[in-house]
Amino acid sequence: MIYADNAATTRMSEAAIRTLVSVAKENYGNPSSLYSFGQRAKEILEDARSAVAEVLGAQPREILFTGGGSEGDNQVIRSAAELGRRKGKKHIVSSAFEHHAVLHALERLKKEQGFEVTLVDVHEDGLVRPEEVAAAIREDTCLVTIMTANNEIGTIQPIREIGEICRSRGVLFHTDAVQAVGHLPLHTPDLPVDFLTASAHKFHGPKGVGFVFVRKGVQILPLIDGGAQERNKRAGTENVAGIAAMATALREAADHLEERGAQTAKMRDKLIRGLREIPHGALNGDETRRLPGNVNFCFEGIEGESLLLLLDDRGIAASSGSACTSGSLDPSHVLLAIGRVHDVAHGSLRLSIDETLTDDEADTIIQSVKEVVAYLRGFSPVWRDLESGKIPHIL
Amino acid sequence: MALYSEKVMDHFRNPRNVGVIEDASGIGEVGNAKCGDIMKMYLKIEDDIIQDVKFETFGCGSAIASSSMATELIKGQPVSEAMKLTNQAVAEALDGLPDYKMHCSVLAEEAIRSALEDWRKKTQADSLP
Repeated sequence: MIYADNAATTRMSEAAIRTLVSVAKENYGNPSSLYSFGQRAKEILEDARSAVAEVLGAQPREILFTGGGSEGDNQVIRSAAELGRRKGKKHIVSSAFEHHAVLHALERLKKEQGFEVTLVDVHEDGLVRPEEVAAAIREDTCLVTIMTANNEIGTIQPIREIGEICRSRGVLFHTDAVQAVGHLPLHTPDLPVDFLTASAHKFHGPKGVGFVFVRKGVQILPLIDGGAQERNKRAGTENVAGIAAMATALREAADHLEERGAQTAKMRDKLIRGLREIPHGALNGDETRRLPGNVNFCFEGIEGESLLLLLDDRGIAASSGSACTSGSLDPSHVLLAIGRVHDVAHGSLRLSIDETLTDDEADTIIQSVKEVVAYLRGFSPVWRDLESGKIPHIL
Repeated sequence: MALYSEKVMDHFRNPRNVGVIEDASGIGEVGNAKCGDIMKMYLKIEDDIIQDVKFETFGCGSAIASSSMATELIKGQPVSEAMKLTNQAVAEALDGLPDYKMHCSVLAEEAIRSALEDWRKKTQADSLP
């Protein structure tokens, strides 16, 4: 199998698996227990916290362990909303193509608590304009939440500039960095963010574990009530083995960030060059300001799910923003947000690779996509109409 | 568990009756690209029998499989039988479809009905004095 769906999830690293198994086996004690076996688990937990903090240049106290990216996003947003509401601030600024963990949390605040949400435009290149964030901030804005890198099209947002604007206006800033942590250099001392959310399984760690960076002095409320774990910010016995494995994976990713990033970007650019040869297709999102592993195209006249199934038959695992792959009638909100019309958005393909993709594998992907797109167009009534001039080509 | 039954995958991978009939007796096109599914059916009818049927589909795996199965079910049948084709029959012949994909079988039923209506209109027009 050629695995090209790393934005969905990644293969766990060997080192992370070793940590996971060894901690689960040898150190199953509860970190809250006072006997030494429990305290050994506590030590492992705190070592992991220090390791994660060190990668980000943060202090250990600034790292809050969670059950993953969606939980982190929800906790930050609900907490900031509650603290804002107490001061009469019920407005949040975000972008049109955030992850559903953010958008649906915001929808709930609108519906249940009467919050107002301004979603700034992400433009055709898939990039938020800092000045538009500045213009959206109001007296009653309690939070700005803009992702570091988009999960579908991989575009990297100007979070430093946005963060500086938020800081100067006295508004909290959260960035969903789930796609970025372990892939882009992120150094919290020079990054003006108050909250940053991450998820382990996006950087070769285990599923169901993540963390939120919460800047020192910034308040966060718990989402889950119960015990006093995570300094009262996240109840529930800690997933010690998972957290330790996450720390191992992050350490490893950070140690190889540059070389892996360069190699991945090289293969990404090869894929982009190859897929550009398909007529009436287009790359989604800015070509250079994107994650090293993200390739996302739209092809006219075909539908994404058919494309994925036929690629799967050829041993290629990829993903699409087509409606049929999501169970809803609408195609990807991300592709619609960057201005792709429905007809075109249905024919999308996302390849998200890592540094292990070989030259031969990239060639196989390019060749397979070319063949499958041509095959599907061969009996597509939409393609027939496009080619006969009955309807105009958009791409 | 697989997304689709073996039957669906078979008809998706090897769709039957793909193509166009240049001198079709009736043509039906349903769906729209906005929703992600378009089916076009071509019928060749002689002596009230469906002598040949071809389809073109833009859509997901189950849309392609539903089109293919629907053409198999009506090929060689009298028009009166083809008119009775239901989406359930298409879905059952495919050993079932996921709930959220049932609309694909509905589309197949509608495409065939639309092509039959097109044929009826044309033949009625021809038979006018």
